[in-house]
Amino acid sequence: MDKGNGCSFSAVTSTAIISSVIFVITLILVRVLFVIYCSSRPMSRRAKKPVSTLIILGSGGHTAEMLDLLAVLQKDRFYPRFYIAAATDNMSLQKAELLENSLAAENGTPITNAGKFMKIYRSREVGQSYITSIWTTLVAMVHALWLMIKIRPEVILCNGPGTCIPICAIAFVFKVLGIRWSSIFYVESIARVRRLSLSGLLLYKLRIADQLFVQWPRLQQQYPRAIYVGRLM
Amino acid sequence: MGDREEKEEGRRRVVFVTVGTTRFDALVSAVDSENVRKVLAAKGYTHLLIQLGRGSYLPSKSDGDDGSLAVDYFTFSSSIADYLRSASLVISHAGSGSIFETLRLCKPLVVVVNEDLMDNHQSELAEELAERKHLYCARPQNLYQTLADMDLNTLLPYTPGDATPVAKHINRFLGFPDD
Repeated sequence: MDKGNGCSFSAVTSTAIISSVIFVITLILVRVLFVIYCSSRPMSRRAKKPVSTLIILGSGGHTAEMLDLLAVLQKDRFYPRFYIAAATDNMSLQKAELLENSLAAENGTPITNAGKFMKIYRSREVGQSYITSIWTTLVAMVHALWLMIKIRPEVILCNGPGTCIPICAIAFVFKVLGIRWSSIFYVESIARVRRLSLSGLLLYKLRIADQLFVQWPRLQQQYPRAIYVGRLM
Repeated sequence: MGDREEKEEGRRRVVFVTVGTTRFDALVSAVDSENVRKVLAAKGYTHLLIQLGRGSYLPSKSDGDDGSLAVDYFTFSSSIADYLRSASLVISHAGSGSIFETLRLCKPLVVVVNEDLMDNHQSELAEELAERKHLYCARPQNLYQTLADMDLNTLLPYTPGDATPVAKHINRFLGFPDD
């Protein structure tokens, strides 16, 4: 009978749709777990060529600490280097540019090849209400997506500012989708002695950072997967 | 010789107060108070120089001709390194940049924590470093007591940190050979 056949057909279709959705979700979940597992272990192959590196700069103390770290990284291994700073932060990009220009001068390479500098919209200004932050975070995510599609770095270095969250989130999605595998390194600020910052906490709990470094021993006791490296400054 | 010439020729001991890029009127007014000025003068300091940042409280300037502290102030400077270098004592807000810039120069440091800041994680750093005896830590309301009681000879020098352990971890993780 027509009514009966119609009911059973739509029943089959909806079962098929539900099953497919569950199947896809399960696939994604398995893939996410696999990505998290692989991210926590060192790269299995020895690195044979330089890795493109994205450096996320934050205002004030954050930039100073990042520059301290960059000073000891081998520049020929972490190349090319891309710098991102918040749109409202002028000092950080300038400082990074100074560093890159002086490096270029030392090596005799043309200044136009020294690092690439970009600005990104901030998810949230200091003191901004959490409600308006939702909108600005969405804008920041879209902008971050645009930048990440262009850069697709193999290594991401960040150390605290909220600007790193949209970028690291997108990097994680890129990993899951197989678009680009980025190793994400997060150095918690020297000012964080007893508690992680919000960025650090998110990257730690959601296991988005491959390695999370802390500068004070108490933090390592509290967060066992963190790596204690002493003070950088 | 007048007091002023003596100060200029003789031992000029400057107390430099900095609030970085923030506003910290509670610190500036505490430093500007009579008993803090007196205790600093009593400890042999001759000049008080205050970097105001975005604060709106203006301290009263003084030539220090009458044997009291000479007081001056300014808002911002592109680099406070020179002021830190020529200071005999630094009183700073709890920003990590100011703190470490001062400790690197091996200057005696009193850090004052701004209690008006929301989510005051800055106090963690100041308190930890005070526990390790690298500086004194105070609040605006007990600044006078801290200055009166402090013995700078008990402070320990801060050994500068090193970023190479992080670099090592990152290199190893990525599969780069050890240097």
